[in-house]
Amino acid sequence: MKRRLLGLAISLLLPTWAYSAEISPAIVYDLGTKFDKSFNEGVSNGAKRFTEDTKVEVREFEPSNDSQIEQAIRKMAKRGSDPIVSVGFSQANALGVVAKEFPDTSFTIIDSVVDQPNVRSVTFREEQGSFLVGALAALASKTGKIGFVGGQDIALIRKFACGYEQGAKYVNKDIEVFQNMTGSTGAAWNNPTKGGELAKSQFDRGADVVFAAAGGTGIGVYQAAKDNGKYAIGVDSNQNHLHPGTMLSSMIKRVDNAAYDTFKAKMDGTWTSGIVSLGLAEKGVGWAVDEHNEKIVEPFKEKMAAIEADIIADKIKIHDYMKTNSCEY
Amino acid sequence: MKASTAERWLSLFILPSLNLLTAFFFTALILLITNVNPIEAAHYMIQGAFGSQEGWGYTLYYTTNFIFTGLAVAIAFHAGLFNIGGEGQAYIGGLGVTLVALGLSPYLPALIVIPLSIIAGALFGAAWAAIPGYLQAYRDSHIVITTIMFNFIAASLMVYLLVNVFAVPGEMTPASRSFPDDIKLWQWHEFMGFFGVDFDSSPLNISLLLALLCCYGVWFLLWKTRWGYEIRTVGANPDAAIYAGINPRKIWVLAMLLGGALAGLVSVNELLGVQHRLVLGFNAGYGFAGIAVALMGRNHPIGIILAALLFGALYQGGAELAFEMPNVTRDMVIVIQGLIILFSGAMEFMYQPLVRRLLWRWVRAGA
Amino acid sequence: MSIDPNASLALELLEVSKQFGAVKANQDINLSVVSGSVHGIIGENGAGKSTLMSIIYGLYQPDKGQIRVNGQAIQLRNPQQAISLGIGMVHQHFMLVETFTALENIILGAEGGALLKTTTATARQQLEQIIARHGLAVPLDIPVAELSVGVQQRIEILKALYRNARILILDEPTGVLTPQEADELFVILRQLTAQGVTVLLITHKLREIMAITDQVSVMRQGRMVAHRKTAETTIAELAELMVGRKVRHTVEYSEVALGTERLRVKDLVVRDASGVERVKKVNFHLNAGEIVGVAGVSGNGQSELLQVLAGIISPTAGEIHYSQHMITPKTPIDAAEVRRWGVAHVPEDRHRMGLVLPFQAYESQILGYQSEPKYNKGLSQNYTAMLNTYAEQAEKFDIRPRSPYLKSASFSGGNQQKIVISREINAEPEVLLVGQPTRGVDIGAIEFIHQQLMELRARGKAILLVSVELDEIISLSDRIIVMCDGMITGEVAREEVNETLLGMLMANATGEQHG
Repeated sequence: MKRRLLGLAISLLLPTWAYSAEISPAIVYDLGTKFDKSFNEGVSNGAKRFTEDTKVEVREFEPSNDSQIEQAIRKMAKRGSDPIVSVGFSQANALGVVAKEFPDTSFTIIDSVVDQPNVRSVTFREEQGSFLVGALAALASKTGKIGFVGGQDIALIRKFACGYEQGAKYVNKDIEVFQNMTGSTGAAWNNPTKGGELAKSQFDRGADVVFAAAGGTGIGVYQAAKDNGKYAIGVDSNQNHLHPGTMLSSMIKRVDNAAYDTFKAKMDGTWTSGIVSLGLAEKGVGWAVDEHNEKIVEPFKEKMAAIEADIIADKIKIHDYMKTNSCEY
Repeated sequence: MKASTAERWLSLFILPSLNLLTAFFFTALILLITNVNPIEAAHYMIQGAFGSQEGWGYTLYYTTNFIFTGLAVAIAFHAGLFNIGGEGQAYIGGLGVTLVALGLSPYLPALIVIPLSIIAGALFGAAWAAIPGYLQAYRDSHIVITTIMFNFIAASLMVYLLVNVFAVPGEMTPASRSFPDDIKLWQWHEFMGFFGVDFDSSPLNISLLLALLCCYGVWFLLWKTRWGYEIRTVGANPDAAIYAGINPRKIWVLAMLLGGALAGLVSVNELLGVQHRLVLGFNAGYGFAGIAVALMGRNHPIGIILAALLFGALYQGGAELAFEMPNVTRDMVIVIQGLIILFSGAMEFMYQPLVRRLLWRWVRAGA
Repeated sequence: MSIDPNASLALELLEVSKQFGAVKANQDINLSVVSGSVHGIIGENGAGKSTLMSIIYGLYQPDKGQIRVNGQAIQLRNPQQAISLGIGMVHQHFMLVETFTALENIILGAEGGALLKTTTATARQQLEQIIARHGLAVPLDIPVAELSVGVQQRIEILKALYRNARILILDEPTGVLTPQEADELFVILRQLTAQGVTVLLITHKLREIMAITDQVSVMRQGRMVAHRKTAETTIAELAELMVGRKVRHTVEYSEVALGTERLRVKDLVVRDASGVERVKKVNFHLNAGEIVGVAGVSGNGQSELLQVLAGIISPTAGEIHYSQHMITPKTPIDAAEVRRWGVAHVPEDRHRMGLVLPFQAYESQILGYQSEPKYNKGLSQNYTAMLNTYAEQAEKFDIRPRSPYLKSASFSGGNQQKIVISREINAEPEVLLVGQPTRGVDIGAIEFIHQQLMELRARGKAILLVSVELDEIISLSDRIIVMCDGMITGEVAREEVNETLLGMLMANATGEQHG
């Protein structure tokens, strides 16, 4: 008891930077590139912010195939990196293996759940965020037709689409929602040309708001919206600044916070394992309002606030695609 | 030294070494520009690839994939076809492995399921290659175009299946459920452990032996059997083949079947050996790298083993390099690989006139 | 050496040697070429003629010796330098872009300025002058692919002249020409020399040497063995100098009893891929113990006839009977099946069909017979048997070099042909289909090949001989079928043969059509 008190006293006396020597954080990124203007980049931004705030360098690795993921996490752990952030659902299996080998190291996985005593699993309730921008799109639409452009056709993106559709139908149950996936390979995350084409075809069919959940492909979608004088909605990080005036809003997924919080918590000694589900209530997801879109969304703010409150209060039930692998609600 | 020996040395040893050195030289230049000490980088790469059992394990694990895809390109090449479809053939091979591994394991013992699963991987790969082969032989569609298209079709098909059919409900990962515990190949450390030898854990598994066996098989087929004779005849001179009563169309389909089967075996290494389930994109570019491997290895199994080892070392050493030196990004490693392909493949004969002249001078002085 | 010491020399070689590894391709070559003359260089395939020409054209640098052009010692490092010194070369295989017009081909590589249009205009003017001066009739604006071989050759000559060639090297120029086209070429060469151009003519055809050259130099095994004034030598002497021994010129023809019918062709029609009728309702037969020659100007359906008989292409109509076997339009294409009927085939173009050039000699030696039980042992091929067969045949046909492991491409034309012919004769066929057996083959080998065919005939085999060499057809055949435009325009028995009659039938000038 005495010793603990002493420790506490010392820790209180020491300036915060003293802790920096004690943690050596690391990130293993998702397959794809670090600068994907989306998921990986969000994590990277979180790490950058952490380094700026604390002057602690973050070790990083970008794997180029599945077997490198496990190799890299293990190597990080062996080198004494702690905590280690594992980005993306595709790392769940690898992390499951490595976390067992290093029970004293703290791991955080984003977008998936690994049930180990030394792993924090951070998931996002994308369906809530998508529901919100879906509702916003329906509110802003004059034609009663809106669009969705997905990246690679995988369950996660269908989850986005499903939430978006529900949100739109909640506002206007007769609304028509066009959905297109950019492709079936990883290249679909980085094909702005095709993104633009898909958006244009949706505009041609009468849509006047398009939500892109497609990583780098979205850039083409936003450009197309600007060129055609229609609205676009960004994804993951706040992309409103890209084309002020035609960016209706962005669905934000705070992956940067997930990384930052893990590092910060570890530093402060408050890191815990277990599942962390970040939804609207936790401000893990949301819709972005800033100086670039304030005027456009002004008329819908009130209604949106009501919907937000209802979601948080669980008055609106949103179906999660992942639960049934289908979008029936 | 005899002139013919000199010429053999030139093509088998001197030129490839010079090409590699040139590639390394330019790599060093690029590293210098990016403020990285090339000697230190080389040290990390070599150390990473060969400096530890784990390094060797990863290097040889990649090598296994490259041998399969290199052979897949080479065998088609000997029939005069350019098989760019290794990527898709490997992918679809994975479908065969998975269907058998998941579908038959409840009814049959692992000892039967595993070989069946390997065969299914080869058969599915073969079937996927057979379609472009057939289209080339009987419908005059160009094999380069069709195999590329089939890579895309394979990718789309697999994504569809993974997302809609194999996906485990509630799981984000587009992957099948895991194979039963006993449906997997011996890991190398287990295999060595059986002989009482300690070996660090790595993805390396006994597929490597299968790959080496395939090398022998391809060599035997091409240079020791009449089918190989017929394949090589068609590849070198289709008119002479028709003259000799060989049907080039049948040979084309045959060569594609064999190539596809070999590419399909990548899935044995990846799925039965490492992942133990079907995952999205496990083929990760091995099929394309196989083209470079075959090119460097001069379409001969021995050359392919060496080239595959080089590429395996580049992959593993490159990962290590990216890990150790934050300035060297993953893309830099790709640049290095690209330079090697450029100098060893596309500009293969750059030094030939010069070296030949020097060599002759030397041969003559010795004569 | 009998050259006028006062004559000015366009080209002189002094003690030029060139070695490739262990092979001494040229040894101490001396050569003097008089300005404005046609100088022939003659020698068997592999005698070193091509190496020598490559040295003169700057493609190879000699190991030692001197080259003088117009009396000045020069060092040639590349063809560009040779061209600038006024040396031009017309290769055996033309270096033309088929889809380009003559004009485009000629200015290719000598475009001059950045704008094609101005170059074209000035080039056209210059070319028209050259054409007028030398009497070279060439249409400048038609794609080369649509022109005849003779005209293509003229374009090559024009190309050299356009680059101010004063010394023109022609490598086997008549190999691809009809007799008429060859005559036209000779007229052109005469006109060129009259304008002061020096012509160096490389050939292995003695007849041409006699017809056109002023001087002739003979090469054998890398050495210059003799220089002669053409007027002071004879074909027999040159042949002997070339081969290094006396050459018999006539084939010994003996009576062989005619056997049973081996081949009968009924109303045979063959259309090519583009639907053009190449063989038109042809009828003939072939018996054991006879050689039937098929004469005709190249490209009049003989190639297609040979291929359809060998089972390489399908007939469009009609029937082919080999004893009890039959080929009809419905028979699937399978040359292997036809071989099993006892039909062997020496194809017209050994590079395109007869050999696989990257294969080692012993591998090419079993082409077409690779499925025979004796060459297979279980799954594997029987290498002992393959090598034995090659050793036997190489010995019997004197294939040089003997090494079974040498690539087929590394053999000289004559030896490649020996590989093909020995293979087909070794199969002991009942019917042998032979196309151009001596094309590009040196004189020593020609004699040998003719003997082999006669021996086969004496053993009671049936031989169909397709050749564009009239001499060959006349000396070997018991009967001659003449083809023109896909039709048989006549059949002549050995006793009735004369060149005029054949010539008229080949041009279909008699107007008759035989069935």
